[in-house]
Amino acid sequence: MATTTREVTRLATVDLVRKPRSLWEDAWYTFTRDRLAMLGLFTLVFLVIAVVIGPYVYTGTKIIDFTRSLEGPSPDHLMGTDDLGRDLLGRMLDGGRISIAVGFSAVFVAITLGTTVGAMAGYFSTLDNPLMRVTDMFLSLPVLPLLLVLVYLFRETLKALFGPELGIFLMIVFVIGILNWMPVARLVRASFLSLKQKEFVEAARCVGDGDARIIFRHILPNTLSPVLVAATIGIGGAILTESTLSFLGLGFPPDVPTWGRLLFDAKDFIEIAPHWVLFPGLCIFVVVLSINFIGDGLRDALDPRRKI
Amino acid sequence: MGRYIVRRLLIAIPTLFAISFIMYAILALAPIDPLSSFGADPRVPPEVREAIRHSLGLDEPWPVRYMKWVTGMLQGNFGFSFLSHSPVIDLIWQRLPNTLAVVGVAYIVGLVIALPVGMVSAVKRNSIADHIFSTGAYFGFSVPTFFTGLVLIIVFSVKLHWLPFVYNSNLKVEDVGSLAEQLRQSIMPIAVLGLFDAAVFTRYIRAEMLEHLPLDYVRTARAKGLLERLVIIRHVLRNSLIPVVTLVALGIPSVFGGAIVTEQIFHVPGIGELLVRSIFLGDTPVVTAVLMIFAVLVVLFNLLADVLYGVLDPRIRYA
Repeated sequence: MATTTREVTRLATVDLVRKPRSLWEDAWYTFTRDRLAMLGLFTLVFLVIAVVIGPYVYTGTKIIDFTRSLEGPSPDHLMGTDDLGRDLLGRMLDGGRISIAVGFSAVFVAITLGTTVGAMAGYFSTLDNPLMRVTDMFLSLPVLPLLLVLVYLFRETLKALFGPELGIFLMIVFVIGILNWMPVARLVRASFLSLKQKEFVEAARCVGDGDARIIFRHILPNTLSPVLVAATIGIGGAILTESTLSFLGLGFPPDVPTWGRLLFDAKDFIEIAPHWVLFPGLCIFVVVLSINFIGDGLRDALDPRRKI
Repeated sequence: MGRYIVRRLLIAIPTLFAISFIMYAILALAPIDPLSSFGADPRVPPEVREAIRHSLGLDEPWPVRYMKWVTGMLQGNFGFSFLSHSPVIDLIWQRLPNTLAVVGVAYIVGLVIALPVGMVSAVKRNSIADHIFSTGAYFGFSVPTFFTGLVLIIVFSVKLHWLPFVYNSNLKVEDVGSLAEQLRQSIMPIAVLGLFDAAVFTRYIRAEMLEHLPLDYVRTARAKGLLERLVIIRHVLRNSLIPVVTLVALGIPSVFGGAIVTEQIFHVPGIGELLVRSIFLGDTPVVTAVLMIFAVLVVLFNLLADVLYGVLDPRIRYA
C-alpha cells in the first residue's frame, strides 16, 4: 500500500515538474497566449515582409499611364491608380518601406537618448536634478508645431548634404527621436533609482566592479522590460508622426511615396478617387493598431506581478 | 496649498523663458534667411536688401534680437508679420478663439462619451459591452486623425452630401439659418477630435476604475447597504477621476497637435492653420509667436494638472 502511494506521488510529481523556464521564455509563453498580441505580431511581420520583398516581386509600378489615371481597384491595379495612372499598390509597397523604417529608426534614436539620460540621472545623484529639469522642459515643448518648424528650417541643408531621400530620412528620424526620448528617460531613471539600492549592486561593488560595469552589466539589463514596451508603442507613435508631417506637406518629397505623403497627394482628389485615400490610411491604421496590440501584450507578458 | 501653487508658478516662468530662448535660437540659427523670398529675387539690389534687414533689425546679433523680442512680447507686442504687415498679435487673436472653440468642444464631447462608456466597461468587466467598448477605444486612438477626417469627408460630404467639407470662416451667426450652418460645418472637425479624445479618456477611466473597484473602501460602502449605483458613482468614480484629471490635462499637447491636422483638413482658420501657412510662406515672426502660444498653453495646462491634482486628492501633501 505504502509503495503504491509513493509510486503515485512520484508519478504525479514527475508529471507536474516541467522544465524550468527562464524569464524571457516565461514572457514569450504568456505573450503567445495573448490572441490579440499574436494577431498584431503576425500582421506586422506580414506587412514588413511585404514592403521588404514586395517591390522586387511586384514590379512595373513606376509606369505613368494617363489613360488609366484615378481608376478604382481592378484586377490590373489591385488598389487602383493615382492621378498619373501609376499603380497604387506598388507605390504603397515602396513608400511603406520608408514609413516603417522611419518608425523603427526614430524609436532607436529616442531609446538610446532616453536610456542614456535616464541612466545618468538615476545612477549619478549629482546629475539627477539638472538632467530631470531638462527632461521636464522638453516635456513642455509643443512637439508637433516644433517638429513642423524644424523640418522646414533644416530640410534644404540636409537635402544638400545627403541627397533628397537620405537627407530627409535622417532629418525626420532625428527630429522625431529628439522630441520623444523623455518618457523613456523617466522610466529608466525610476528603475535605476530603486535598483541601485539593491543588494546585488552592493555585492557587485564589493567585488570591485566599477561604475561602468555596474551600470551596463548589472542595472541596465534589469530595466529592459519597461523600455521594450515603451519602444514598441513608440514605433507606432513615430509612424503616426511621420505620416502627420508628410500629410501636412512637410515630410518626404513627392517621389518618396510614404503613406502619409500618399494621403497628402490624395486629399485633393478625394471626391473622384476615394480609394486613393482609403488604402494608405488603412495601412497606417493597421500598422499602428498591430503595434499597439503587441505593446499591450508585451506589457502583460513582462509584468512580473502577472505570473501564470 | 497656496504656497504650492506659487512655487509651481515660479517654476513655470523660467521654463517658459527657457523654451522661448531655445525656440528663438533654433529659428535664428537655422540656415534659412527670413528674407529668402526677397533674396531669391534678383531685382532687389543688395543695398536695398541690407536696408530692409536693418529696418527689421535683422542685422543685430540674435541674442540682442531675442532680448528685444522677449521685452516686446511681455508688453503684448509680438512684432509684425513679414507678409501681411499687420501686428502678429492681431492675427493670433483672430484665430485663437476658433482653435480653442474646436478643441474645447471636442474635449467636452470626448468626456461626455468617455464617462459612461469607461464606467460601464469597468463595472461590467469582460462582458460583451466591455469588449465592444474596449476594442472601439483601441481602434479610436490607433487611427490617425487625418485619416478619420478624410473618411468623414468621403462619407458625409462626397457620398451623402450632408455636410460641407470646407469651413466657411466668413459666416456670421446672425439668425437661425446661419447658426444651423455654423453647427453643420463644425460637426466634422469636432467629431474627429472628439472621437479621438473619447477613445483616450475611455481607456484612462476604465483602467483607473478597475484599480479602485477591488479596494476595501468599496467593500465598506457596499457593506453599509449603499445602492450599487451610488457606490459606483459617488465612491469609485470620484476617486478614479483624480488621476484621470491629470492625464487629461497632460494630454493637451497632443490635442493641439491633432488640432493642427484637423484645421488643415477642414480649413478651419485657427492658429494651427496659421502656423502651417506661415511656415510655408517663411513668415518668421508669426511662426515664432504661434510656437510661443503653443508653449504657453502646454505649460499652463501642465500647471493646471498639478494644481488640480493637489486640490482633488487630499492625500497629496505639499511640504
